[in-house]
Amino acid sequence: MSMTEERQRAYIGKHLAEAQINVELHHEDMVLNIGPQHPATHGTLRVVVKLDGERVVAADPVIGYMHRGYEKIVEYRSYPQVTTLINRIDWLSSFANEVPFIHAAEQIMGIEAPPRAQYIRTVLTELSRIATFIVFLGDMGAQVGAVTPVFYAFRDREHVLNLIEAATGGRFHPNFNRIGGLKDDLPSGWITETRRVMGKVFESCDTFENLLQGNEIFHVRTKGIGIIPADIGKGYGVSGSNLRASGVDWDLRRDGAPYLAYPEVDFKVWTHPGGDSFSRYWVRLQETREAARIVLDLLDRLPAGPVMAKVPRIIKVPAGESWVRVENPLGEMGYYVISKGATGPFRVKIRSASFSNVSILPWVLKGVYVPDLITILASLYFILGDIDR
Amino acid sequence: MSDQQSDDAPQDPAEDAPEAPDAPEETAAAPEPAEPAPAVLPEHEGWLAALAADLGDDIVEAVSNHGDLVVRVKREAWHRAAEVARTRLGCEYLSFISAIDWLPRPDPPNWDPDAPSAPVQPKEMTFGAAGGEGRFQVFACVESTDDVTQVILKTDVNEQNPSVASWTDVFPGADWHERECWEMYGIEFEGHPHLRHLYLPAEFEGNPGRKDFPLLSRETKPWPGLVDVELMPGSDEEPAEEASA
Repeated sequence: MSMTEERQRAYIGKHLAEAQINVELHHEDMVLNIGPQHPATHGTLRVVVKLDGERVVAADPVIGYMHRGYEKIVEYRSYPQVTTLINRIDWLSSFANEVPFIHAAEQIMGIEAPPRAQYIRTVLTELSRIATFIVFLGDMGAQVGAVTPVFYAFRDREHVLNLIEAATGGRFHPNFNRIGGLKDDLPSGWITETRRVMGKVFESCDTFENLLQGNEIFHVRTKGIGIIPADIGKGYGVSGSNLRASGVDWDLRRDGAPYLAYPEVDFKVWTHPGGDSFSRYWVRLQETREAARIVLDLLDRLPAGPVMAKVPRIIKVPAGESWVRVENPLGEMGYYVISKGATGPFRVKIRSASFSNVSILPWVLKGVYVPDLITILASLYFILGDIDR
Repeated sequence: MSDQQSDDAPQDPAEDAPEAPDAPEETAAAPEPAEPAPAVLPEHEGWLAALAADLGDDIVEAVSNHGDLVVRVKREAWHRAAEVARTRLGCEYLSFISAIDWLPRPDPPNWDPDAPSAPVQPKEMTFGAAGGEGRFQVFACVESTDDVTQVILKTDVNEQNPSVASWTDVFPGADWHERECWEMYGIEFEGHPHLRHLYLPAEFEGNPGRKDFPLLSRETKPWPGLVDVELMPGSDEEPAEEASA
């Protein structure tokens, strides 16, 4: 007997205790399914996350719940019918979705919309941007627990949507662009009303700034959270405000191929070096104000003239291809239109911003806590229709 | 065959060399700039030269198309083209990767080619900017955000067994684009970590992006496109009939 009973007991006891600690420490990673129905996802994004306690070990976004196959359907449509579909891609800024496609078709046909149409398109695109970003500003608050901004957001967005409705006839799906111009001119009194509403937009931006940035919790929950370095973001194709929030001074309205009336507008491209959730919020807040300034500036210089160029009744686009990408509210949106001389496109590749913006999630969500995951999702700001197309 | 051709190739320039006063090294490169030179805008020449410095003969064709540089490379050079664009041109930003099926679409059974709004596509296979060869083409757009250089790269892939090198190690964002391309067009990306369905359910069979994959709604019901013809203001043609179906 090398071991006394006492020592034996101590030995067993020690091992038992260790075993117990091991039981407590060792646990399986939990797989948590966030979505497809979650308020932070603006639709039906599902993120399957593997959790170690509260920390995300791996994240896998599952997309496709809203895949409508526009690239395929568009091949069976004629050109004027396409805009009806594509303004449902990013439904919060649907007018802005129509512009690059129409522009691509116009480019192949070699026609150009008259200056007044270009200006009105620019104004309506910026109004879509404001409408989209106001929802973002409200939603961003909601995801960190501040419920008040949401109500202000939807109230204030309505002013802008009323303007879009007054000009185009549709709150959400204007379908107002035509190849060669616009369906109609602006209604009377619209410009005065727009100036008044832009004043309200500045006010509501101040409200959001006070409500969110005046709140310490908001800073704690967003600063240093979900940092996207510029080079990683570029590799994933993250664009728009998300990339500018990582310090990349790149805005297709200013830097890309000239389109609409942007070359004639002097505006500031806002960037923020942070790369975190707060930067993304901040850049969008500034861009909302900048968009309102652009609208006011353009309305002052709105040229007279027709809003529609001379185009044939049945539109046939000659054989050719064109790649037009523009700065949409959510980022770089482009259409690669291939025509074979028919009344409908042969192939349309739709490059939507949210698709690439969301593809960075597996990278950016690694190692964050679950509550931050929601903040990051909200700050990246995507529209499901823009991911799934 | 290929061995014979490669044996022949050096002989021809050698025969031409005494006639041409140019240096013999240029004979290989000479046909390259000679072809695309008129097609490429002056501002694109620098980028093309930077690409050609590394890719050389692997560039099949290059054109400027509506202000964009479109470069078609050989399939074997697809991966190197990405690396060269990233390092030489600073194109760190990946815009998209996708594919084109150049096959003319077979008409659905009750397709009415006389309906004015039915987009009838030509029945012969033609190619777009920078040409093409065979049915499938993979194309991608990369960009430098610093000096806004943008290059559209294209490559032809084999129709029977379409496959091309994956870009995932050059651009991490290529992952999703290639998964989409794989499920929609059935193009294999060699070296992709895990090709699986992105949009469609895991058990889905077929490649819906291909032209010969029928759009089911058009198979069952003819496109009521005639109804949707938009009359120009002032024209007094009969109001469109309501769709009976």
